[in-house]
Amino acid sequence: MSFLTGLYAFAFYFAALVLVAGLTWKVVQYARTPAPLKIPTTPAPITGGGVVLRMTREVVLFESLFRGNKWTWIFSWIFHFGLFLVTLRHLRYFMDPVPTPIAFIQPFGIYAGFAMVLGLAGLWARRFLVDRVRYISSPSDHLILGLLVLIGCSGILMSFVVHTDIVSVKAFFLGLYSFDLKPLPADPLLLLHLSLVAGLMIIFPFSKLLHAPGLFFSPTRNQVDNPREWRHLAPWAARFEQR
Amino acid sequence: MAKATFVVPALRQYPQVPAVTPGTMAHSAPFVAKPEFQSPLGFPGALADDWQAQAITKMGELLGKYRSLRVYMDSCVKCGACTDKCHYFLGTKDPKNMPVGRQDLMRKVYRRYFTLVGRIAPKLVGATDFTKEVLDDWYSYFHQCSQCRRCSVFCPYGIDTAEISMAAREIMDSIGVGQKYCNEIIGKVYTIGNNLGLPGPALRDTLEGLEEDVYDETGVKVRYPIDQVGADILLVTPSADFFAEPHVDGLIGYGKVFHEAGVSWTLSSYASEAANFGMFIGSYENMRRISLRIREEAIRLKVKRIIFGECGHAWRVAYSFLNTLAGPWDFLDSRYPVPQHICEFTYDLIQQGKLTFDKTQNDDKVLTYHDSCNVARASRMGDQPGGQFDIPRAIIKAVCNQFYDMDEDTIRDRTFCCGGGGGLLTDDLMELRVKGAQPRVEALNNVMQEKGVTHMAAICAICKSQFTKVLPYYGMEMDQIVSLHQLVSNAIVLTPREDDDEDDDEDGEDDAQALDDDDSESIDEAA
Ligand code: HEM
Ligand code: SF4
Ligand code: SF4
Repeated sequence: MSFLTGLYAFAFYFAALVLVAGLTWKVVQYARTPAPLKIPTTPAPITGGGVVLRMTREVVLFESLFRGNKWTWIFSWIFHFGLFLVTLRHLRYFMDPVPTPIAFIQPFGIYAGFAMVLGLAGLWARRFLVDRVRYISSPSDHLILGLLVLIGCSGILMSFVVHTDIVSVKAFFLGLYSFDLKPLPADPLLLLHLSLVAGLMIIFPFSKLLHAPGLFFSPTRNQVDNPREWRHLAPWAARFEQR
Repeated sequence: MAKATFVVPALRQYPQVPAVTPGTMAHSAPFVAKPEFQSPLGFPGALADDWQAQAITKMGELLGKYRSLRVYMDSCVKCGACTDKCHYFLGTKDPKNMPVGRQDLMRKVYRRYFTLVGRIAPKLVGATDFTKEVLDDWYSYFHQCSQCRRCSVFCPYGIDTAEISMAAREIMDSIGVGQKYCNEIIGKVYTIGNNLGLPGPALRDTLEGLEEDVYDETGVKVRYPIDQVGADILLVTPSADFFAEPHVDGLIGYGKVFHEAGVSWTLSSYASEAANFGMFIGSYENMRRISLRIREEAIRLKVKRIIFGECGHAWRVAYSFLNTLAGPWDFLDSRYPVPQHICEFTYDLIQQGKLTFDKTQNDDKVLTYHDSCNVARASRMGDQPGGQFDIPRAIIKAVCNQFYDMDEDTIRDRTFCCGGGGGLLTDDLMELRVKGAQPRVEALNNVMQEKGVTHMAAICAICKSQFTKVLPYYGMEMDQIVSLHQLVSNAIVLTPREDDDEDDDEDGEDDAQALDDDDSESIDEAA
C-alpha cells in the first residue's frame, strides 16, 4: 500500500464521518428546536398534503427563487440539476453491480458536468456584477463557488482530456467498504479532484451548504395553515399555562 | 404639514432598484425606552457592564426556543433574491436595509459565538465580535424593519427577516435597550387596557356620541354597546377605531353591519385593544399577557364568538397565534372559527343576501385596495388560501362601483408595506416612514394617473394612520386613505326598527366631546 493510497483512504473515512455526523447533529438540532408559533408565509396550504406539494415545488423547481429573481433562478437551477445528475452518475463508482437507472444516465451525467460549471459561472458572475450581491458576499461565498468550479472542471478534464484509470478508482472506493485498501492511481488531476471533494464533504455541515437540510425545516414553508382549527403549543410555551 | 428635513423620494412610472449607497440611514434610530417603560414589561432599565455576555446568553436561549431563528441563521446562501424586495431598501438605498443585509447584522454575531468557522476564522465568513458599534447598528436597523415578511416570499428557504428582527429586539430588551414607542404602549395596555390609554368612561362617552351621530344622520338607532354581559359577539378592535378619521368611520360601519345582521354584540373596556405590540418586540410572554385579556373578557362577558376589527398585525396575532397564546376556545360556539375577522362576517352576510347596499353612495370615489402585510402574508380569511385577498376585494366591489387594483407586483402576497408597521409608527422615525412608503405610494400614484383612482381602502389601523401622515409628503391628500368598513357604512341601507322614533338621549349634548383635541394629536403615535 502506497502512502498516497493510505492518505486518501484516511481522508475519505474522515470526510464521510464528518459529513454524516455533522449533518446528523444539525438535523437533530433543527428537529429538536421547537417552532412555538404558526408562521407559514401565506397563502399557505391548509392540509399536510398541500405542504408536501409546496415543499416539493421548492426543492425541485425553486419556486420562491423563481418569483424572486429569474437570472439567479436559471443559473441556480442549471447548477443544481447538473450537480444532481453528476452525483447520480458518480454512484457507479460506489456500487457493484451498477443499477440500470444509474447506468442509463451515464451519458447525460457527463454533460451535466458542463451545465453545473456553467450555472456556477453565472452565479459567480452575479457576485461581481450586481452591486447588491457584491455587498453581501464574504470570502467564504467566493471560496465555495471556487471549490465547486474546480471540482467540476477537474472532473470534466478527466472525462474528456486526461483520462484516469477508472477501474482502479472504483476498486479503491469499493475496497473502502471492507477496509481493504486497493491502490489509487497517482494522477495529479484525480488527486486534486478527490481532495477537493473530501474538502467539500468536510465543510458541508459547517457552512451555508446547510441550506439543503435547512429548507426542510423552514417554518415559513413547512407549516400547515390551520391555527384556528388546531391548537399549536410548544413545550416551553406550555409551561406558562401550568402557573 | 409635510415639511420635510430630508429629501422625499421621487415617484416614477416604472420602479427602479437603487444603487447600493452605504450608511444613508445609519443616523435613524427611535427613542430609547426609559427605565420606567422597561420594568412593567419585565426588562432591565439600562445596559449593564456585562451586557455583551448577557446578550450572547439570551441569543443562545432564543436559538434553542425558535426553530426559525436557528435554521435561518444557518441557511442563507447569499443568493441575493431578497435584496431588492424591502421597501426600506428601495426607499433609502441603504444596503443594511436589504433583508439579507439586516439579517447579517445578527448573523455575523451568531457566526462569531455559535459556529466553528466563525470562532476560528471570523474574517472568512464575515463574523465579528458583539461590540457597542454592532449593538448600535442593531438598534438602528432592527428598528428599520416593519416585520412585513415581503422578503420571506421570495427567499428560496423562506427566511423571514421579521423573525430575526423580533429576536434582535427581544435580545436588546433583555439587556435594557428597549424602544420607547412600543414599550410605553404595551405598558398602557397593562394599566389602562389599550394603546391609546383611553379609560372606560371615555370609551362609553365616545360610543354614545357615535350612536347619536348615526341616528342624526340616518334616523336609525344603531347601537355601539360596551361591557354588555351576555352579548353574542365580543368585538375587539384597535383603539384607534374609537376616534380619529378614517378609523372611526370603520367602527361606525361594523356597528351598522351588526345592526343589519340582527346580532347582539359588545365591545370591552378591559380588552379594548386588538393591537398586540408584544409581537413587534418579539416577546412571547408580553404577547401572551396582552392576549389573555381577551380571554378573560370573553369569559366574563359570556360571549359566544369573538370578532376582530380592521387591524393588520392584530389579525396576525388573532388568526395565527390567539389559539396558541390564549386558547383553547372550547367554551365558545364551535360553529364559528375563533376568532373571526369583521370582513369574514360582513362577507358571509353579503353571500347570504342579508345586506342591501346603495353603491351610488360611494360614486364620488374611485377605489383601490392596499393589502396590509400581516393580513396578506401572515394570516388568512375564509376557508381557502388567499381568502385574505379575495374577501376584502369582494366586499369593496359589493359596495362600490369603481375599483381598480394596483400593479400586480405590489398587491396580494407581494404587497408593499405602508412603511409604518412593526412598531415604527412614531414621529421619531418620520424620515424612515416617508421613505419606506415610497414603493407603495408610487404604485398608488400610477393607478391615480392611469385609472383616475381617488381613494385607497385598507383594513389596518397602522396603515391608515401611516398614510394619513405620509401621503401629504408626496403631494397627496391625507383623506385619500379610507377604512374598508367606511365604504360599507356609506353604502349600507339600514332597516328601521320600531324604537327608532323615540329620542332616548337624556344626558346632555356634548358627550361626543369627551375626548379632547389633545388625544387626537397622539392618535397616530399609538395606532
Ligand atoms: C435539497 C437540496 C438543495 C436545494 C433545494 C438547493 C437549493 C438552492 C437554492 C435555491 C440556492 C439559491 C440560489 C443560488 O444562489 O444558487 C442554492 C444555492 C447554492 N447551493 Fe444549493 N440546494 C440543494 C443542495 C445543494 C448541495 C448538495 C450543494 C453542494 C454541495 C449545494 C450548493 C449550493 C451552493 C454552493 C449555492 C450558492 C451559490 C452561490 O454562491 O451563488 N446545494 N441552493
Ligand atoms: S420583513 Fe419587510 S421590512 Fe423587514 S427586511 Fe423583510 S421586507 Fe424589509
Ligand atoms: S433570499 Fe434568502 S438565501 Fe437569498 S440572500 Fe436573501 S435571505 Fe439569503
